[in-house]
Amino acid sequence: MNLMAKELDSALTEKISVRDLNFYYGSTLALKNITLPLYEREVTSFIGPSGCGKSTLLRVMNRMYDLYPNQRAEGEVLLDGENLLSPKQDLNLLRSRVGMVFQKPTPFPMTIYENIAFGLRLYERLPKSETDARVETALQKAALWAEVKDKLHTSGLSLSGGQQQRLCIARTIAIRPEVILFDEPCSALDPISTARIEATIDELKNEFTIAIVTHNMQQAARVSQHTAFMYLGELVEFGDTKIIFMNPSDRRTQDYITGRFG
Amino acid sequence: MALDRARYQRRRTASAITIGLCWAAAALGLAILAAILATLMIKGIAGLTPKVFTEMTPPPGSDGGLLNAIAGSLVMTAIGVIIGTPVGILAGTYMAEYGRYNKVTSVIRFINDILLSAPSIVTGLFVYELMVRPMGHFSALAGSAALAVLVIPTVVRTTENMLLLVPNTLREASSALGLPRSLIIRKVAYKAARAGMLTGILLAIARVSGETAPLLFTSLNNQFWSSDLNAPMASLPVVIFQYALSPYEDWQRLAWAGALMITVAVLTLSIVARWLSSSRTSQ
Repeated sequence: MNLMAKELDSALTEKISVRDLNFYYGSTLALKNITLPLYEREVTSFIGPSGCGKSTLLRVMNRMYDLYPNQRAEGEVLLDGENLLSPKQDLNLLRSRVGMVFQKPTPFPMTIYENIAFGLRLYERLPKSETDARVETALQKAALWAEVKDKLHTSGLSLSGGQQQRLCIARTIAIRPEVILFDEPCSALDPISTARIEATIDELKNEFTIAIVTHNMQQAARVSQHTAFMYLGELVEFGDTKIIFMNPSDRRTQDYITGRFG
Repeated sequence: MALDRARYQRRRTASAITIGLCWAAAALGLAILAAILATLMIKGIAGLTPKVFTEMTPPPGSDGGLLNAIAGSLVMTAIGVIIGTPVGILAGTYMAEYGRYNKVTSVIRFINDILLSAPSIVTGLFVYELMVRPMGHFSALAGSAALAVLVIPTVVRTTENMLLLVPNTLREASSALGLPRSLIIRKVAYKAARAGMLTGILLAIARVSGETAPLLFTSLNNQFWSSDLNAPMASLPVVIFQYALSPYEDWQRLAWAGALMITVAVLTLSIVARWLSSSRTSQ
């Protein structure tokens, strides 16, 4: 990171701070000593070749790995200054604050409306009119409202892939998290749906702190303000997206973004 | 590319022979099924009079029906399923959801598979030792318990399998919203696996409704109408067993009628189960 970027960064608040994070699958070390921030109301993208640990890092931030045995994290991940890796951390509460959108669209086997209202009802006791309003707002923010407003009570599975993914985004923002993690959200989508979701992400950063894992260099350049390049479980370079793409300081970053390996 | 004609011809012949054998095997299986169904139809329909559904099992030489046996079968199957299904579903849920990565689960699965393939007469003897002997008499309750023991492994197996088929991404997506485990299972996993689980229960019903051996040792039989669960109770399979082996022609006719009824019922259940599981995959 050069000096100028550092000065700029000091004006930003760290929403999540990863500190000296090591992550193990069984005895395999998958993340080595990662330290980086996610700045509040910004998009941070994670790039790197497959298997470099970027998805793993994302799955630490909402403790998704906790669903599986033999996976463990060492170090600290601070959310507003509190270590979310602490065993005392309430996982459901954490995940309501740190939402996630996955690579493949995962609508629940229920109606479009229920897909969103379902999570909402878990945290808040809302009158019907309020729930309706929250469902509508969420769908609007996810740029899906216009397409589904007349069929809210049909199955979420009847939507196209791109629409399903936006439904999943709507479902995530409906419960008003603080951070949203996107794990390759566009890799299963066509270019038009991808453009729509990128526009949505751009809108969302006014309200939420966002992390996105992507294999698409242009996407990272388009949507993010900061970029982290990872390789073989290590954080090679982190910094302002423009600088990473225009003038990376590490040779490996240079090689990767110019397509010489990966 | 040079085509070796002889080689190609040989392969075609081998393929034709194999397809022919497959057809023959399928035809043989179907022919046997058709023969069974035809015999049942011809002999069964003759005995299928309204009296079968309105009168009790008769002593030899006099007129009668199968009403008490039909009712007994329905009652004991129902109780067996009511007891067995929740146990099976809960056990299957534990194995697929909570204990998926535990060693205990593979042990349970192994034991359940043994239970699934255990001869049903062993189940009958087991319940005989456990309930009939201590109670001192045969009873419908013991019969239901024996059927429940047969229902459990079937339901455990299908519940676990169907829940394992629910993609993990769906579970991850649910927990990413902060849903607690119990809610993910009830509202998401069960919903996605519903058709398959229901199919399993129907197949379990189909399986136990034709069982004779476990009932012989537990509920025995009853000539008369009985709604007392603590007393012996008639059932279609046991009545068929007794009547078919008897030398009396009117008893044999009733046995055929009963056999036809059970077969049609089981066939219907299986077809409904098939239909349910295919409507799930087309979803």
